Amino acid sequence: MDALNIVSYVFIGIGLFFNLIGVFGLHRFPDMYTRLHAATKCTTFGSIFLIMAVIVQSAGIWAMEGTHSPQSVMCIHAVLALVALLVTNATGAHAIARAAHRSGEKPTRAVVDDLEGKEND
Amino acid sequence: MIDWLPAIIVMAVCIIIAVARILIGPGAPTRLVAFDTINTLVVASMVIVAMMFDQVIFVDVAIVYALLSFAMTLYVAKYIQGDKF
Repeated sequence: MDALNIVSYVFIGIGLFFNLIGVFGLHRFPDMYTRLHAATKCTTFGSIFLIMAVIVQSAGIWAMEGTHSPQSVMCIHAVLALVALLVTNATGAHAIARAAHRSGEKPTRAVVDDLEGKEND
Repeated sequence: MIDWLPAIIVMAVCIIIAVARILIGPGAPTRLVAFDTINTLVVASMVIVAMMFDQVIFVDVAIVYALLSFAMTLYVAKYIQGDKF
């Protein structure tokens, strides 16, 4: 159990670090596209590691208590939550960037827009 | 058992910083980005809260929250884009 605790603490540390980096990126970057880049990638990576810590803990308790442990439900549902987060986060970020570009939002200090005037972006 | 409370506190601080970006951020797309960030953070926090209180129902709430917030993000993006529904 000690090794699993150490692994969980390392995962929590990585996850909180990347979540903090992503949220600070929201304030440090100049325009909407760079903010999307910072926030989406960093918080997705950090949340993966935070949920992985929960999965490791509940799987450890499940392995200790045997097959009919209540923690089995926690472990499997946490995996489902992780899959739902992975699928929806990336898709939502693409939708936001596409909608912002179509609404006429320009990147700060941009000189050339390669998608200007194209219908199928 | 490990201590989950500091992790929850740091996640709450992250959410508060992102809410500040919603309040000051210029324009709708920036606010939508901050909102999407908050949704991700809330899902991760709910899974941690479920492990902390040993209640499986919070994980189910987190799954449904992730899917519903995804639908809402798509609809607000469609609104920003200027489409008819």
